[in-house]
Amino acid sequence: MAQAAIELVGINKSFGAVRANRDINLEIARGTIHGIVGENGAGKSTLMSILYGFYQADSGEIRVGGKPASIKTSNDAIALGIGMVHQHFMLVDNFTVLENIILGAETNALLKSSIAKARSELDRLEREYGLEVDPDAIIEELPVGLQQRVEILKALYRGAEILILDEPTGVLTPAEADHLFRILRQLKEQGKTVVLITHKLREIMAITDTVSVMRQGTMVATRETSKTTVEELAELMVGRRVLLRVEKGEAAAGAVKLAVKNLTVKDSRGVTMVDDISFDLRAGEIVGIAGVAGNGQSELLEAISGIRRAVSGSVMLDGKPIDLTGAADPGELRDRGLAHVPEDRHHVGLVLAFEENENSILGYHDDPRYLKGPFLNIDAIMADATDKIEKYDIRPGNPRLKTANFSGGNQQKIVLAREIEQDPGVLIVGQPTRGVDVGAIEFIHKRLIAMRDQGKAVLVVSVELDEIRSLSDRILVMFAGRIVGERGPDATEGELGLLMAGIEQEAAA
Amino acid sequence: MDTLNAIVQVLDSTIRLSVPLLLACLAGLYSERSGIFDIGLEGKMLVGAFAGAAAASVFHSAFIGLGMAILISVAFAMVHGFASITHRGNQIVSGVAINFIAAGSTIILGQAWFQQGGRTPALQPGERFESITADVISNFLATYSFSTASVADLLVSIRGLILYLPALLFDALARIPGFGPIFAELVLGHSVLVYFAFAMVPFTWWVLFRTRFGLRLRAVGENPAAVDTAGISVTWLRYRALICTGILTGVAGAYLSMVQNGGFVKDMTAGKGYIALAALIFAKWKPVNAMFACLLFGFLDAASIRLQGSPLPVIGKVPAQFMQALPYVLTVILLAGFIGKAIPPRAGGVPYVKER
Amino acid sequence: MSTPYAKLPAWADYGLIPLINLSVAFIVAGFVVMLVGENPLRAAVILVEGAFGKGTGIAFTLFYATTFIFTGLSVAVAAHCGLFNIGTEGQAYIAGLGIAIVCLSFDSVLPWWVNFPLAIVAAAAVGALWALIPAYLQARRGSHIVITTIMFNFIAASLMVYLLVGPLKPAASQAPQTRNFLAGAELPKLNWILELFGAKIRSAPLNITFLLALVMAFLVWLLIWRTRLGYEMRTYGHSPKAARYAGISETRIIITAMMISGALAGMMALNPVMGDQHNVAIDFVSGAGFVGIAVALMGRLHPVGIVLAAILFGMLYQGGAELAFEMPAISRDMIVIIQGLVILFAGALEHMFRPYIQALFASFSPRSVGMEAVKGKGA
Repeated sequence: MAQAAIELVGINKSFGAVRANRDINLEIARGTIHGIVGENGAGKSTLMSILYGFYQADSGEIRVGGKPASIKTSNDAIALGIGMVHQHFMLVDNFTVLENIILGAETNALLKSSIAKARSELDRLEREYGLEVDPDAIIEELPVGLQQRVEILKALYRGAEILILDEPTGVLTPAEADHLFRILRQLKEQGKTVVLITHKLREIMAITDTVSVMRQGTMVATRETSKTTVEELAELMVGRRVLLRVEKGEAAAGAVKLAVKNLTVKDSRGVTMVDDISFDLRAGEIVGIAGVAGNGQSELLEAISGIRRAVSGSVMLDGKPIDLTGAADPGELRDRGLAHVPEDRHHVGLVLAFEENENSILGYHDDPRYLKGPFLNIDAIMADATDKIEKYDIRPGNPRLKTANFSGGNQQKIVLAREIEQDPGVLIVGQPTRGVDVGAIEFIHKRLIAMRDQGKAVLVVSVELDEIRSLSDRILVMFAGRIVGERGPDATEGELGLLMAGIEQEAAA
Repeated sequence: MDTLNAIVQVLDSTIRLSVPLLLACLAGLYSERSGIFDIGLEGKMLVGAFAGAAAASVFHSAFIGLGMAILISVAFAMVHGFASITHRGNQIVSGVAINFIAAGSTIILGQAWFQQGGRTPALQPGERFESITADVISNFLATYSFSTASVADLLVSIRGLILYLPALLFDALARIPGFGPIFAELVLGHSVLVYFAFAMVPFTWWVLFRTRFGLRLRAVGENPAAVDTAGISVTWLRYRALICTGILTGVAGAYLSMVQNGGFVKDMTAGKGYIALAALIFAKWKPVNAMFACLLFGFLDAASIRLQGSPLPVIGKVPAQFMQALPYVLTVILLAGFIGKAIPPRAGGVPYVKER
Repeated sequence: MSTPYAKLPAWADYGLIPLINLSVAFIVAGFVVMLVGENPLRAAVILVEGAFGKGTGIAFTLFYATTFIFTGLSVAVAAHCGLFNIGTEGQAYIAGLGIAIVCLSFDSVLPWWVNFPLAIVAAAAVGALWALIPAYLQARRGSHIVITTIMFNFIAASLMVYLLVGPLKPAASQAPQTRNFLAGAELPKLNWILELFGAKIRSAPLNITFLLALVMAFLVWLLIWRTRLGYEMRTYGHSPKAARYAGISETRIIITAMMISGALAGMMALNPVMGDQHNVAIDFVSGAGFVGIAVALMGRLHPVGIVLAAILFGMLYQGGAELAFEMPAISRDMIVIIQGLVILFAGALEHMFRPYIQALFASFSPRSVGMEAVKGKGA
């Protein structure tokens, strides 16, 4: 085995009472691509933040190139040749590519020479690694894939020998992801070390040489990628056999509940995010919308739930039109039996500073059940909240507790309980299990299927292909704001992947 | 000729009145570009004015006064930094607090130290920054010699150069026939702080767009996380921006009490800090625009003084209060998006928390 | 790690920490007193005696407190909706106009108990209208409300000066103020209540507006925590996105909250104008709107806290007047410094001492601070 680029020995890190990393030992060989997998919250990001000087380990030792290293700030990490590509890009949006690249790596107090140097250096990197990008382009005008390339260039410009990428493909199309992987292989050939953090096992299998698995803050295993399987890794990640599919019977689809016709939605910058979409949602079925994040799914959800105004198109709910391009607001839609579990529960679905019982009426606070004239009916609200806590096994079971003090899974249950218990005819759900612990995932999936079996219409948007395949009776695939295909629940991952990449669409056109 | 005279006079006082606005506005530009809202410009100017006049009168030196004005103003800027950078407090609240502390302490200390009802003693010649008139220049040229006999002499000589060189240049320009006299009226006869204020405009532009500090300053106001991950301390960078702010508000205060007025009078900033803030928004956080915005607001002020009681052709009599309110009204209209859109630095007002 | 890892018991959060912040503000103020060569302890004694020592002092303290309850509530209502209304000063000032119109029109024909409700409505309406424009601009055009309300303070000041040196000034008078109101626009004093408790009061402006202020404090509590509207305001204040999701109209809630805030600010004008001066004069608000910021922060946006903080500031104003009399080196501007220091330590530096106190609590009883965090451990 080659010499280790990085060794971590006995790393511990706690945030208050939460132990994010315990006794982590890890050895990453020089000139390899090393994957680190784990569920959300397993401690991957914390570990890498320690390596990049964002946090300090409580105890343990880091060795870089065989020598003990003290990494107190990002500067120390950069000086040791460690570069990081963050999940959320660390770019200044209204700066040019060049300005972003020299930021923090300027040669002297005046910019002129820094810019000249960066220009020629960028030229060299472009030739060596095929990392093409216009140095004078403004970041916010570049597509996401190119922005990520700028992040990689930033690291290389600073002389990174070890490149850490945190969930790099979350925002990329499969084609862009493939391109990224080609670049990573190229980097490896040039002797660089790449650390890839992800929760997507497919990527691990496709590109890494070795893989380490984290679970609940500990490092549970390290394997050579060629000698392991997706099943083994999945089991290591969650600690038991994964229930890939929830038991469910045949769907008995009934009347059309929600009919979407030629819906077009633009984002705040005026870019078309949903482009002339039409589909039907029937009673007694779950329709899943698959796609890479950022292909218009969020905007579609927001438009249908009345949060974002549509540009054009018509939508019928129970055979009656809703004016999504004009006056429709989420309150009116709720009254008409359309409930919405939003993607972002922290800022949209819940008010974290509220007590649990206050959140259990969010959006239904104008329901006469919870009111006495203009006043809130506190007794009724508390009774209602206590009832839901029992039914949905929300823990801790205290309706007076601040919502921020509940775990992700329990917070999601608060939202689901609120929306499902209103007995809506149509339920639309964005990312039903994002940031939710495994136990709660199963609970949530079963609840959604129970809704379907009661004859409700359910629309699920998720970037997790497994989730979509496990829940849906029909799968719609979105790419670049359009629905590019419909498949049954038995569609293969490869088939859906091609659709998500927009490849069939091009062939058809 | 009378009208021309009147116009030249109004323009002349426009320049004088816009100087404190310009200095405070550029001060605000440094802090807001770094992502720190600063409604405490008013207070910092006020303590600068007080410290400047007090020190000048006690030590009989305009330069010591200026130094003290800067020092105290920077100290107040550091309090703002301590609250809003180190402790991530609400920047608006901190700014309000600073304005109060400044308003109260200048009166209390002024009364305690000088017993003149919150005023500082009237400044004598030499204790204030004199206007550099043609007489002063010729006088100066007659007596000036660059001496290196002792350190003190050397310092005095250098001070002389700083004070009068720009004026000498303008003096030469003023001799151009025709254009010369009007130029002389407008550009000559100001104190060195006026030239300093206008020189700060291109200088600030240069710092912002041509230096490493400027690049980082702009970056930290847009996306502090990008700056942090690039290995630069967000905290220290923002503190440095606030030091620049403190220096400039200090000079602005010194101008008020040591140039425009011969001493400190309580509450002498009279809302200029807020007008400067309005000008900064009006200028969309750009240095050259800031100069034009401040000249405009200064002009409105000058015109309202000039027009007091005398009716305008066509419009008739304009109440002085209307002219005084106009900068605020214009800024509100701008903010409402009726004349372009004012987009502040994106990270403005939000304390930076290292978060993942 | 956005959530603090340790929680404090409520009494520490709402009692101990504000108390510590307040003490630090006073200690720093004490240094300023020392700087001008006086004894801070003696100053404190004079201040407290001046405020509470005699019946007249108490009445004056409560008179000032009345003003600050209104402005504090005004700031707090907006703050619950996530809006920083720095324009309380201007809203109160311009409300004087509404009161002037009512009083100058009816003071000779109607008794005070008719004019008072009319003036309340007029003051509230004008204050609310002055808050309406910044609110509309924030809601529909995205103009930062802090900046627009500051601008509106200055515009209000210019407008009032124009009116008070011009149209509203009696022709024969020199002073920039309206004519004095007749008996029909003078509010009854409340000094007799204090006298029931045996206090002796020479003459103090404490008047019936004080009761109105207490009623408003109760109504604000009811509004914020017990009504649907208050629920909607708090939702928007914590998370505008969640409010949108919940079907709460952004425009409606911003405008409603700001108009309530403006109305409360406007009612403040009743106290000095109808209760004390019996005319509308230049700068009659004299900074009370800004004191409202300190009062609201000090009272942690809760009406009970605001009433207590308002009484504290009333004490400072009344005691400060005595202080200025006893110690010539210290004028009433000392209060402005204290006010600034309170805003600094209770507002901007609110959390400065929190880590130390948490550490202290943790060392005494680990159970009281650590457990919630363990339970709340994320997925």
